[in-house]
Amino acid sequence: MLFPMIATATQNVNGVLRSFPTWPVYLIGALPPVWWFYLGVTGGLGVEPIREFEHLLGELALQMLVVVLAITPLRQFTGIALIKFRRALGLLSFYYITCHLLVWLVLDVGDLAKVWADIVKRPYITVGMAAFVLLIPVAATSNNYAIRKLGAPKWRRLHQLSYLAAILGAVHFVMLAKTWHAEPLLYLAVVCGLLAVRALPKWKRMRA
Amino acid sequence: MAGRYQSDLRWSDVTPREVFMNRRSVLAGMSAAGLVGTRAEASNDLVPNTFEEITSYNNFYEFGWGKDDPKKYAGALTTDPWAITIDGLVDNPGTYDIADILKGKSIEERIYRFRCVEAWSMVIPWNGFELKDLLDQAGVQPSAKYVAFETLLRPAEMPGQRSGSIDWPYREGLRLDEAMHPLTLMATGIYGEPMPNQNGAPIRLVVPWKYGFKSIKSIVRVTLTDTQPVNTWNVLQPREYGFYSNVNPEVDHPRWSQAEERRVGGGLFARKVPTLMFNGYEEEVASMYAGMDLREFF
Repeated sequence: MLFPMIATATQNVNGVLRSFPTWPVYLIGALPPVWWFYLGVTGGLGVEPIREFEHLLGELALQMLVVVLAITPLRQFTGIALIKFRRALGLLSFYYITCHLLVWLVLDVGDLAKVWADIVKRPYITVGMAAFVLLIPVAATSNNYAIRKLGAPKWRRLHQLSYLAAILGAVHFVMLAKTWHAEPLLYLAVVCGLLAVRALPKWKRMRA
Repeated sequence: MAGRYQSDLRWSDVTPREVFMNRRSVLAGMSAAGLVGTRAEASNDLVPNTFEEITSYNNFYEFGWGKDDPKKYAGALTTDPWAITIDGLVDNPGTYDIADILKGKSIEERIYRFRCVEAWSMVIPWNGFELKDLLDQAGVQPSAKYVAFETLLRPAEMPGQRSGSIDWPYREGLRLDEAMHPLTLMATGIYGEPMPNQNGAPIRLVVPWKYGFKSIKSIVRVTLTDTQPVNTWNVLQPREYGFYSNVNPEVDHPRWSQAEERRVGGGLFARKVPTLMFNGYEEEVASMYAGMDLREFF
């Protein structure tokens, strides 16, 4: 911390964050899919609610993955520590992805044989599915028991699967657009950027 | 001349707009109670979509990529004055005011299925005249084999045209026999009202047996040629969108199945219904493609 004022500000921010409990994050984070379902049933998601519901969930999941991936770089570059909320946000993104998948399975396709055919035959679905599968062990071990059981180094390595899942999620978004759109490409660039800055601290240490 | 194409759907088949939603909710209630099957018979169950549905869920990329963008932004489009240039291999080339084009044309009502390449569909009660009437007036020369169409290019009023991902203006084309087919309509309205801007005001093409993107909107140019015209989506993704783009449940889009479609307006629990060959117009149009490999000429 070069400037004492900034350091003080950061400490204040971190102090506020420390005093803020995590349970409201779970509670508030759980609401969007429920709210959208309600809107979908009551006509609030437009004339093609299945597609809209599916897209809203997919995009929110990707946004949440971006937030989770930003937590470490944010601490490195600003000192702001959101790590306390990382588990909650990570689990929420898994919850959104699961809802996204369920809407596709149940409301969109609605036929298990066709679901399997799509997973095998349609590359963008294969990629999206792979991202979900990679996150299952990550979500399943997002608890203190698993950290103790696996040991920190092993646990950390396992959770690096989320890096690959985030890339695959963004690629899935890029692939389903009709042509090259700015928005999905931006997500992909942000995800790649957030992963790339993780290589920086080592380089900075070497220079110091 | 109106009345050459005889639809099995009469105007009396159209459910009045006010009772749609009631009818739907009754049906939804019945299906929830297990009184009627949730899976609709097939896409030949022709209850037209509501005016609201038809005008709020559109692909008109000149106004943005979102399905709701056309409704939001198409209001800025000036559709009066409007002229169409008719040129190429015709006896009477020129730029004609739309009022002159409509003079002497009998506008009739046609209830058509509309199938988007993205696997959603609607049923739309169009108003319009057969393209053949316009082509006959223009005097198609014997050497003409195709008809090319162009949408208006006006970035000042069409925000989507200010971005570079598509080589504007939007272009489409038909083979001459397709263009002369009695099903092929130049539509000027929906539900008896002037064509809404987001649906391609003031005049658009409707080719009901082809994927929706062939039905080019807000037309300013019609050119008769002897070579196959370019069509915008074919240029963008030649592997995914062909020149013919006939609705065909057996030929999948590389990224998704075309075997089924979802009727817009069915709500959150709508099931998909089977897509019909040539969108249900097989009897009327299949002979034009006799002997053609529809997988190759997709």
